[in-house]
Amino acid sequence: MKLSVVDTERCVGCQSCMFACSRRQGEAGIARTCIGVRSAGGMERGFVVIVCRACNDPPCAKVCPTGTLKPRRGGGVRFDITKCTGCGHCRDACPIGCVFWDDEINKPMICIHCGYCAQFCPYGVLKLER
Amino acid sequence: MLQDDTLANVLYIDLSKKHFWIEKRQDLFDKFIGGVGVATQLLHEECPKGADPLGPENPIIFAVGPLTGLFPLASKTVAMFKSPHTGNLGESHCGGRSAIAIRMAGYGAIVIKGASNTPLYLAIHNNRIYFRDASSLWGIGSCITVGRIIRENEPAAGLRTIMRIGTAGEKLVSYACVTTETYRHFGRLGLGAVFGSKKLKAIVISGKRSLPISDTKLYQKVYDEIYQAATGSPVMKKYHGLGTAENILPLNEFGGLPTRNLEKAKFEGALDISGETFAEQYLGRRLACSHCPVGCIHIAALREPYGDELYFYKTSMFSYDFEPIYALGSMLGVSEPKGFLKLMEQIEVLGLDVMSTGVVLAWATEAQQKGIISKKETMGIKLSWGDHTAYMDTVSLIIKQPNEFFEALSCGVEHAASLYGGQDYALAFGGNEMPGYHTGPGAHIGVLIGARHSHLDNAGYSIDQKAKIKENLGSAEELAESLLAEERWRQILASLVICFFARGIYQPDVVLKALHLTGFDVTPEALLGIGEEIHKEKYRFKTREGFSLDKLRLPKRILETPSPLGKLDEKFIHRAIEYVKKSLSK
Repeated sequence: MKLSVVDTERCVGCQSCMFACSRRQGEAGIARTCIGVRSAGGMERGFVVIVCRACNDPPCAKVCPTGTLKPRRGGGVRFDITKCTGCGHCRDACPIGCVFWDDEINKPMICIHCGYCAQFCPYGVLKLER
Repeated sequence: MLQDDTLANVLYIDLSKKHFWIEKRQDLFDKFIGGVGVATQLLHEECPKGADPLGPENPIIFAVGPLTGLFPLASKTVAMFKSPHTGNLGESHCGGRSAIAIRMAGYGAIVIKGASNTPLYLAIHNNRIYFRDASSLWGIGSCITVGRIIRENEPAAGLRTIMRIGTAGEKLVSYACVTTETYRHFGRLGLGAVFGSKKLKAIVISGKRSLPISDTKLYQKVYDEIYQAATGSPVMKKYHGLGTAENILPLNEFGGLPTRNLEKAKFEGALDISGETFAEQYLGRRLACSHCPVGCIHIAALREPYGDELYFYKTSMFSYDFEPIYALGSMLGVSEPKGFLKLMEQIEVLGLDVMSTGVVLAWATEAQQKGIISKKETMGIKLSWGDHTAYMDTVSLIIKQPNEFFEALSCGVEHAASLYGGQDYALAFGGNEMPGYHTGPGAHIGVLIGARHSHLDNAGYSIDQKAKIKENLGSAEELAESLLAEERWRQILASLVICFFARGIYQPDVVLKALHLTGFDVTPEALLGIGEEIHKEKYRFKTREGFSLDKLRLPKRILETPSPLGKLDEKFIHRAIEYVKKSLSK
């Protein structure tokens, strides 16, 4: 299963998905969120929804020097935090900006494609699909 | 509150000394929750008696609440200040990304004191505070351009609010607003002028953090309940559907839509400026405030040719709501949707409170028609109902203030009428221009006695509408008591900074459940007691600054034009005010 952004034009910018992602991880607020919503240069132009698109050949994994990020079956990566040195190569390698960063522990935050955020998208922007 | 909650942090910024500090004010948040409760106390602390609203001694206070960032729709920021418009309590609420940004930056409240000598804007990114030179931004004609420049200059897209003023605020128009995220406003009572007086062009605030919660499992359960209610309820669907503009037609049918300076309460052009017409012909996009799944913000797209060249068009996008449509539409006899949108665009670009502006223009039109002012005062402009271009010319001059008449208009209708006459049809209550309801006595008494003279204080119009259905208004005392009860409860909602659109969802039991998770455990009775106390504290400030219920002016026009509940009875209104007076002195 992987998360898919169906249509950003349907996004109203409520950011409920961002809060959902943090909540899924047992936290309140947005520090832990692996999805980002911002305006496309003024809200009248609509929104940009930034989330891991589960690449088949993920650049973040290709540049990881410690084997922390490993390609996952069906796309995207698995994240083994015990191996991570916080070098940040993965963040630089993702052209979409989907590797979010936890400043407190200096480690990446990686979408696991659980689809919890999609359950809190009232307007059908996000969908979990095969 | 929970011990590690950053809500207790109050950020103090002194614009005179370019200095800032943070104080833990758990005392205030424990007692008054947050939002309006805490902001009222900070106003008492920071605003000296008799302060000049446009002097450095007038503080600007922003506050959010414990549920902000935790639960949906706790998404408003409360601003408090001494109003340059009424010379008394200033309170205005705004959504957008403002509340989430303040909470995520790690603050429960922000107090801005002093004044800068030169224009600046503040950048607050978590615990880093920057005083940025805004000399190059001062005088830029469009509030929207200012937003664009700051957007390019500052980090944290999607996680920030950008509050700014337009030229109305710079020129100290007493009803200038502060705009956030282009489409939301601290609209009423002149916060924009207070910004202007401090040479404060804008404030950008951003942050990203986790918030403490007492019980994660219960949190998810309560969250889900509130979220389901917010997305599933028909009331909330209405706000997303046509939005507040949906009320134009029913209110007009009801006979309560102020028309042409309330010469009538029914507008023959209502259909053309209805929520239905705007949705079908102009709606370009709907937006939401941060952490609100409802998405009630309606943006119209207006495509216009430039005229100097074939196929040369521009498309402007501006928000509309019930109140702007009333103020610039029915109140001014403007039934041409494009005319309304152009006027709306101008007011948005300049940063004026649209409601006050509409009422000021309506008074000026009638005053000119009745001959108390001539074309000399208006510098050649002939005001007539429905003529949006004349209104646009007038608005430009309210900003420029080239003569005494336009200076007077820039101070609101109460002031203008005190100089030129026409008080009988100068539709301000407690110094603040009226909202779009002539539904009966409840609407007007509500605004008269409301602590900020706003329809949002106690929703008197709603009491009128229910009374019409029941065909029984009850006594003046009963009406006053219902208004007071509603206003007291709204102090709780405004301390939690819950959007009033969600008042049906955040009933006392839900509020208590949500509060429990943030470490506030109070009984239902104690909660109501806090609401009552906050209300009294606001009145304590008002009284200190010279407000008296005895001195309220009643514009005769509201007694002349029949409401859906018949002609209003002056004695009935006075009885209700008398009741409020007694109740507040207890």
